[in-house]
Amino acid sequence: MGARTEAAMVWSLMRRGLNEILRVPGAALPGMLAPTIFLLGLTAVFGNLHHLPGYPTDSFMSFILPVSFLQAAGFTGAATGVNLARDIELGWFGRLLVVPIPRWALLAGTVLAASLRVLLPFTLLTIVALALGARWPGVDGLLLAVAYGMAFAAIAACWSVTLALMFRTQSAAPLMQAGTFILVLFTAAYAPLPLLAGWLHDVASVNPVNHVLTAARQGFIGGVSWSNTWPALVTLVGMTIAFGAVAVRQLLRFGR
Amino acid sequence: MLAINTGGASRATQLPGFPHVHGFLDFELAGAMMQSTMLAGVSGGIALALDFEMGFIDRLFAAPISRYSIVAGRLAATAVLGLLTGLWFLAIGLIFGAHIEGGVPGALAILALTCAAAGAFGTLGAALAIRAARASVVQGIFPLVFVILFLSTAFFPLGLLLEPAHSIARFNPLSLITDGLRGPVIGGLTAGDVGKALAGIAIVAAVGLVLTALSLRGRARTG
Repeated sequence: MGARTEAAMVWSLMRRGLNEILRVPGAALPGMLAPTIFLLGLTAVFGNLHHLPGYPTDSFMSFILPVSFLQAAGFTGAATGVNLARDIELGWFGRLLVVPIPRWALLAGTVLAASLRVLLPFTLLTIVALALGARWPGVDGLLLAVAYGMAFAAIAACWSVTLALMFRTQSAAPLMQAGTFILVLFTAAYAPLPLLAGWLHDVASVNPVNHVLTAARQGFIGGVSWSNTWPALVTLVGMTIAFGAVAVRQLLRFGR
Repeated sequence: MLAINTGGASRATQLPGFPHVHGFLDFELAGAMMQSTMLAGVSGGIALALDFEMGFIDRLFAAPISRYSIVAGRLAATAVLGLLTGLWFLAIGLIFGAHIEGGVPGALAILALTCAAAGAFGTLGAALAIRAARASVVQGIFPLVFVILFLSTAFFPLGLLLEPAHSIARFNPLSLITDGLRGPVIGGLTAGDVGKALAGIAIVAAVGLVLTALSLRGRARTG
């Protein structure tokens, strides 16, 4: 089978994932609404934190918006896993496996669809935040946040797909969501590292997702710099390889 | 959420206008209990809706017992769940260094209030479950739980909330319950705090019971 056929298959599966937004809206809605609710809710509650000495911005919404981006990526990734689990439960995925294409292509289509689907909540979040006074991050800052968020959605999708292939049931959904939820929020999500409680400071310091958050956040609270960008790039590449490899391995073992 | 809020916003106690507390964990405990009792109410609703979906309730309705007792049994279970979550958060709080200013009587009051609050939230979950008879519909109100919580004093003092949350939180009965639960933790056991919590619980329970009764009547008519 040629590379062109495999690419066409990946494209078809990606399109199918995108079609689910319109045809199974119930699955996409939580991924859009939940991060927006958290963005608005956390800003309403903790909005005065920016008065603390050492806070790098006078807009808490600007500070928390990238967290919502990563949360949206996590929710979208989890939705990908839940959709796959539903396909497995209904037997559709089993039929897909007998199609003469490499299994990695099945995974790529699903994961790439997650990267594109996440643009929907990103758009909603950005519009809401800017309308309510968040700082314009500049084109470079916004593009960086979106690109890194898309990559994180792919990683979250790999994680969720692995769990879906492992448990083969939609009941594993809480596990899919909890993983990325913990990774995203055990960072400098609410306040800069020096203002966190001791234990969270220690956890956030070694949490690789903190690099991603720092890079996605930089445009919203200041200027974009290479020193804040490259650690996230390395982290995302590393996580994509690691989570992608685990997902492919799980896929290869599926049904054998 | 308790760990994340406490760790992430721990310096909030330095903000002007923040009430005197030993630590942010003391302040957040009540919010965590509120969140937990609300989720207990929703979970009770989901369980009831599942009973409808499986046809179990139809069979119970055919039994020579009051329909209200079936719902009351479920609510009692939800209330016990609330008591257990209160116990859980008190234990977690004490392990991680929270101070319960009200001492043992304060802790007992908190447990009684979380138990009653869970039962009150259970009435709302039950009303929705009876009306919809579908677990997915009841499950769908999870985001609403967070919206209502954010629009109360569950996580931050009223004076430091931004608008419009500040204005809404003033009239949100959840603020009454939270403040009542928080009182024994940060300031000692007072009749005023307990009264506030009971008033909030009474409002939620009254609304929930009316809705539950209406849903039950509707279900009895339509089957």
